[in-house]
Amino acid sequence: MQRFAALYDELDRTASTLAKREAIAAYLHAAPAADAAWAVYVLGGGKLRRLATSTEMRRALAASTGYAGWLIDESYAHVGDLAETIALMLPTGDGSLAQVSVREWMEDKLPALARLDSPARIAQLQAWWRALSPAQVFLLNKLITGSLRVGVSQRLVVQALAQWSGQATDLIAHRLSGDWQPQAATLLALAENAGDDEHLADRPYPFFLASPLENAVATLGDPAGWLAEWKWDGIRAQLMRRDNHAALWSRGEERLDGRFPELECAAFSLAHDGVLDGEVLAWDAPNATPRPFTALQKRIGKLKPGARLLHDTPVRFMAYDLLELEGVDLRERPLHERRALLANLLQGTDPALMLSPT
Amino acid sequence: MFEPLLQLRPQGLHCPAGNFYIDPVLPVARAVVTHAHGDHAHVGSGRYHVAAAGLRLMRERLGAEAVIEAHPFGEPFTLGAVNVSLHSSGHILGAAQVRMAHDGRVAVVSGDYKRNPDPTCAAFEPVPCDVFVTESTFGLPVYRWPPMTQVVDELLAWWDECARRQVPAVLFCYALGKAQRLLAELAERSERTVYLHGAMLRLVAAYRDAGVRMLPTEAVSDEASGRNFAGELILAPPSAAGSPWMKRFAKASTGFASGWMQIRGNRRRRGYDRGFVVSDHADWPGLLQSVKDSGASRIYVTHGDGDALIRHLRELGHDAQPLAAASAADDLGGG
Repeated sequence: MQRFAALYDELDRTASTLAKREAIAAYLHAAPAADAAWAVYVLGGGKLRRLATSTEMRRALAASTGYAGWLIDESYAHVGDLAETIALMLPTGDGSLAQVSVREWMEDKLPALARLDSPARIAQLQAWWRALSPAQVFLLNKLITGSLRVGVSQRLVVQALAQWSGQATDLIAHRLSGDWQPQAATLLALAENAGDDEHLADRPYPFFLASPLENAVATLGDPAGWLAEWKWDGIRAQLMRRDNHAALWSRGEERLDGRFPELECAAFSLAHDGVLDGEVLAWDAPNATPRPFTALQKRIGKLKPGARLLHDTPVRFMAYDLLELEGVDLRERPLHERRALLANLLQGTDPALMLSPT
Repeated sequence: MFEPLLQLRPQGLHCPAGNFYIDPVLPVARAVVTHAHGDHAHVGSGRYHVAAAGLRLMRERLGAEAVIEAHPFGEPFTLGAVNVSLHSSGHILGAAQVRMAHDGRVAVVSGDYKRNPDPTCAAFEPVPCDVFVTESTFGLPVYRWPPMTQVVDELLAWWDECARRQVPAVLFCYALGKAQRLLAELAERSERTVYLHGAMLRLVAAYRDAGVRMLPTEAVSDEASGRNFAGELILAPPSAAGSPWMKRFAKASTGFASGWMQIRGNRRRRGYDRGFVVSDHADWPGLLQSVKDSGASRIYVTHGDGDALIRHLRELGHDAQPLAAASAADDLGGG
């Protein structure tokens, strides 16, 4: 983990995105692929499920330092970051675990930590801390608490991967979307040249998210040159049907399979295969209006909604863009063309699929 | 509680038995001043007693008219009924602890101090006493200073990297003490010229006069306008950050040398590219060691938020109080 700790240090000490991108790209070149895959995963915001509670970590710190609980709490309040507080307070470790790879931490050691009972977990944390340098203790704690907070966005990781691999950023983003698994093979696959039918793979396109306007509205020019969309209070999603197979992906790039069966079912009413970009909304059918997000939450939590829930809280897919039609990537085509194709595609389909009003 | 050697008054820390003040903030008849930083050396008092090693700096601060008596470290002198001597505190050039002996009781006011070596000043001298007044600027266990060699490695690597990227390296640091210490530490490892903000020129000259070996320096203001500072190291006080003065250093990488840089959040909130952990104050182990070395039966804690240090010292069995407890009001209270 030494190399990854050095990368973290480099990322942490610069505010320049260019410098960060170069540091990540250099790391990708230097690190073994399996480690680099995990680095890509955690830098992009991926985390293991909760491995230890902050109370357990504080207990382990008290046991390792002999400091009173109040002194640990006051130090934590002063520093504002538990992972860092621990690294600053511990006696310096002997470095005997310094050579353990990121892959081994993420695949073996940390999952094993989660399986221990609480006292054993506290003892294990102390043993690891004794065997790492302060910079590595800090990073290990960050991996355990699951938030690196080093000013690196998923977008920046994609750019660094593009720089490292020589592939285009949108191809990398596409390959990373969905349930990309951090492994040596999947990392190396990111760098391969694209096949002709790559977009047909079972993955959504990168989501093009709305962002706030930075300048005055007037700077946008003639309103007639713009298409205004409503801001819906639902889940941004891509509904795709490819080769007689339907899938729904959320903006968080999770598959929503089974949660909204009426939408997957409706996808089969489309006359052609395609990928639709839109919003999943809880729907008030009698009044033909969307319901508040809280209504939708009842559906989000249910992996297999029952008949009653389906009846009481129906959903609609409010489509506002068509990204792919009959296997053809439309993203380079003008929006007005895509809208026209979308309107055409939605004619006479299942009412669960709606064209967004503009 | 009555402490015949120490009373906190509005003017500052008073020694009733000697009728003098230590580092008074308001004008008094007689002042013993520990060191030349602006929050300790104030103008307007009738007569000053300072350490001889700090005389030149004190003159800079207090002005040509001030009446100043300089005392070599360790040489006793008498003020009122008190035997006074000054002892190095290791904080900056000429910084002193004040030892006061009266009626068989010894009190030591440490002023600001550090235990780490510093090529620009004499090392901290542990002085046994009954009452020890300690600072607590960095009074939490998260503050432990790295070895200076490591910090100098980081500084030189940063300077080299800025030279490679052809951008100026602007290092913010306090103009008195820290700037000279960095120039002296770097002089062990480099011979390159460093450029100085105007606020540092006279102070660096004073250190040179005192025989402190430092890197060669030039004034930024002596350089032609339009001079390209790419790859150069520039030292400036923190107040220069974000000021129009910085316009001369396009695309500069900025760093701050301070004990506060131990905490990542401090660096990020202040917006510096780099933080270098170097302090002229005692770290947590240094504070505890000094309390132990003093052998004092009573500890007063001043500066910063000393609550954690006081509580910790009490748990270790020391009689520790905030310095505010040594006030005249307590005396009237009949303690």
